[in-house]
Amino acid sequence: MAIPVEGFMYPNEVELQWSILIVLYPFITGLVAGAFILASLERVFRVQAVKPTYRLALLTALSFLLVAPLPLQLHLGHPERSLEMYLTPHRSSAMAMFGFVYLWYLMGVLLLEIWLDYRSEIVELSRSTSGWKRLIYRVLTLGSNNVSERSLRIDDKLGYFITLLGIPSAFLLHGYVGFIFGSIKANPWWSSPLMPIVFVFSAMVSGIATVMLLYMLTTRLRGQQIDMRCLDKIAQYLLYTFVIDFSLEMLDLLQRIYEADESFRSLDFMVHSRLWISQVVVQILLGTVTPIALLGLMQVLKLTDAARKRVYTLAGCLTVMGIFAMRWNVVIGGQLFSKSFLGYTTYKMGFATREGLLPAIILMILPFFILWFLVKLLPPWHESASLSDSGAAAVHGTS
Amino acid sequence: MRKFGRRCAGTGGAWDTHLFKDIEHLIRLAGVIAIALVAFVILRAAVVPRSFGEYGHYRGAAIGELSSRPIAFAGHEACEACHSDVVDQKKLGKHVVVACEACHGAQAKHVEDPGSVQPVKLDTAVVCARCHEANAAKPKNFPQVVTADHSGGIACDTCHQPHRPKIEEEKAETGNSATKGKK
Amino acid sequence: MEITRRRLLVLLPAAAVAWKYVQAGTPEASPNYKLTEHWWSMLIDIPKCIGCGSCVRACAEENDVPDGYYRTWIERYHVADWKIERPEVESPNGGIQGFPPHAEEGGKNFFVPKLCNHCADSPCTQVCPVGATFISPDGVVLVDKNYCLGCRYCVQACPYGCRFLNPKTNTAEKCTLCYHRITKGLTTACCEVCPTGARQLADLKNPKDPIHEFLRTHTVQVLKPHMATGAKVFYNGMDGSVR
Repeated sequence: MAIPVEGFMYPNEVELQWSILIVLYPFITGLVAGAFILASLERVFRVQAVKPTYRLALLTALSFLLVAPLPLQLHLGHPERSLEMYLTPHRSSAMAMFGFVYLWYLMGVLLLEIWLDYRSEIVELSRSTSGWKRLIYRVLTLGSNNVSERSLRIDDKLGYFITLLGIPSAFLLHGYVGFIFGSIKANPWWSSPLMPIVFVFSAMVSGIATVMLLYMLTTRLRGQQIDMRCLDKIAQYLLYTFVIDFSLEMLDLLQRIYEADESFRSLDFMVHSRLWISQVVVQILLGTVTPIALLGLMQVLKLTDAARKRVYTLAGCLTVMGIFAMRWNVVIGGQLFSKSFLGYTTYKMGFATREGLLPAIILMILPFFILWFLVKLLPPWHESASLSDSGAAAVHGTS
Repeated sequence: MRKFGRRCAGTGGAWDTHLFKDIEHLIRLAGVIAIALVAFVILRAAVVPRSFGEYGHYRGAAIGELSSRPIAFAGHEACEACHSDVVDQKKLGKHVVVACEACHGAQAKHVEDPGSVQPVKLDTAVVCARCHEANAAKPKNFPQVVTADHSGGIACDTCHQPHRPKIEEEKAETGNSATKGKK
Repeated sequence: MEITRRRLLVLLPAAAVAWKYVQAGTPEASPNYKLTEHWWSMLIDIPKCIGCGSCVRACAEENDVPDGYYRTWIERYHVADWKIERPEVESPNGGIQGFPPHAEEGGKNFFVPKLCNHCADSPCTQVCPVGATFISPDGVVLVDKNYCLGCRYCVQACPYGCRFLNPKTNTAEKCTLCYHRITKGLTTACCEVCPTGARQLADLKNPKDPIHEFLRTHTVQVLKPHMATGAKVFYNGMDGSVR
């Protein structure tokens, strides 16, 4: 198993405990939180321009949230005991409390909001389809077929309230993941009060970018016209969020460099050697500075629609890659150096092993399959309706 | 989850039923949630181990399980109960503070069944060197040698009696070496 | 020693007395052991440690510790002159076969045995999501391997690097202070075999335990006091370079 060690590490530290699967987990929950915040921009803050992405953002959030526990299950030594977290949660443990935050967010916020928003279509589809699809829709109606105007208005009001509650819940969801790392005093790379905030903002960045990319992709696949007003608005919000995220990360970095405490020399060397490519090149230069510059330029220059779409695609892809790199640098980086500050180890990632690269790739692709299925089951778009159509469509924010 | 209701002005006494119909789906949802909660409570009562919470937030039975592991090292008092001659020998030298099993290894099985389980004969060239091979990090007042120079690598008990290691004392007292006539 | 039949008849009752010391059983079988009467800790006397590795070997044998993982280990320090913040440290296989001879190299050289510090305010028990690791009423931090999920959050939270995941049981593991021994009046395996008395088990609740006098009259430290873990392993004569 000989893992190359430089300098001195405590004997039990040489082998990394948290693998690429644990990198995936904050990445996926981050996409969820970010996608949801984008959806709530329309619903709560009445940002009309992003309406076309409302339902898509919700379904994206759901697809990723359903996959989120899977890397954890693969990682556990005893996944069959994972129910213990709900049966005997240790209240002082951030991980245990997160189980309930996850459950609340999935059930109380996301599923409920999607159900309320789609309910009239579900009832209609339970009448118009046949076979196993009809069965699913009938179950989803919970046996109630009332779609009177007042019931829909009640749904809408309740949905608004849930979304309102959902915004702090989304912050809590991913902020908690940040806290799971940030509260570990033993690890100076993780331990920071800024960690939950940095995680939340980088989550928003990755979520907004993902929905933006998905919107462009799905619209093209459907052969429809991309709503440029919507796209420009999303890109604008992406830029603002990114600037805040970058500022927070740079603040943390500058403070560390200036204070240069006990851990600094060791961490600095680690960044310059083992994390150079993933942190400086991929995360900062390619994944943050470049997209911010591109998006910033779009605010100033007047390019054609086609050119802007290309720039947004590039910026979006770089962003998602950069945020993944950030999760990698936090999780893996935090285990590459010794807590004695005297040495470094190496991460040996397997390929077709339980915690290897192959399961990670599969888990990243899986949400898109789920999304495809959800889009088929609960179509976010009414192909016949035009962009400015009113009536039921306006109430539920579809295009 | 709060349920919203609206008064419909002008519909008289019939608004109650209408309201109920309009929030029927929410009531059904509340029912589903209630059933799920009850199921969870029942599951919890059935599955959580009985001794959980006995001393703190953990399975109390774990304390008993952890303290009933079988023992591998008997402890020097167990050895001394039988091997009093070695005890007397050790008392005269520096190794009086060294536990028997430090050199002889775990012997609980031997104590359990002294007749059939015998300790393995030690290779002193290996065992003694672990403590007494010279190393810059060892305390300066600790007896240590460079075995290559000291003995050329032969077994230490060729000259030393491990239970009473100092050679000069031995000769002065009894006039002969303890290693004379060794098996 | 030659064992004749006659000698055996005399020795057997003695053996029975000896066997009392190795009797396995539950706390109920050792009715004299009361959890609340003890608060276990350990004293490590650094100037006495000779780095022989007996403790590491004994622990591995007593507790079935898998190869390549360490419930206890020894570090060898070389501190060149005033470079107190940059010691050279090594721990070949945790020191299980002792240390290779080093020529006299000047500076300061010494051994430091390490183990779980059985912290009174342990960060590892704080983060366990299910209550699989805990501090017992008598002060020993333990892992319930029948309840542990193997999430390794505790491994990340320990500032001292004393925890690992046992690849056979897929649960977290670490020094148990030989709980199965100390609850029966024996000492830990590592303290039993230490030839110089560098490691000694101590019971802070026992007024007659020599540790109280020792702590009063010697300069002792704990590892990483700034972490405020309430560590209960005390190091006598520990240099400031020790990480």
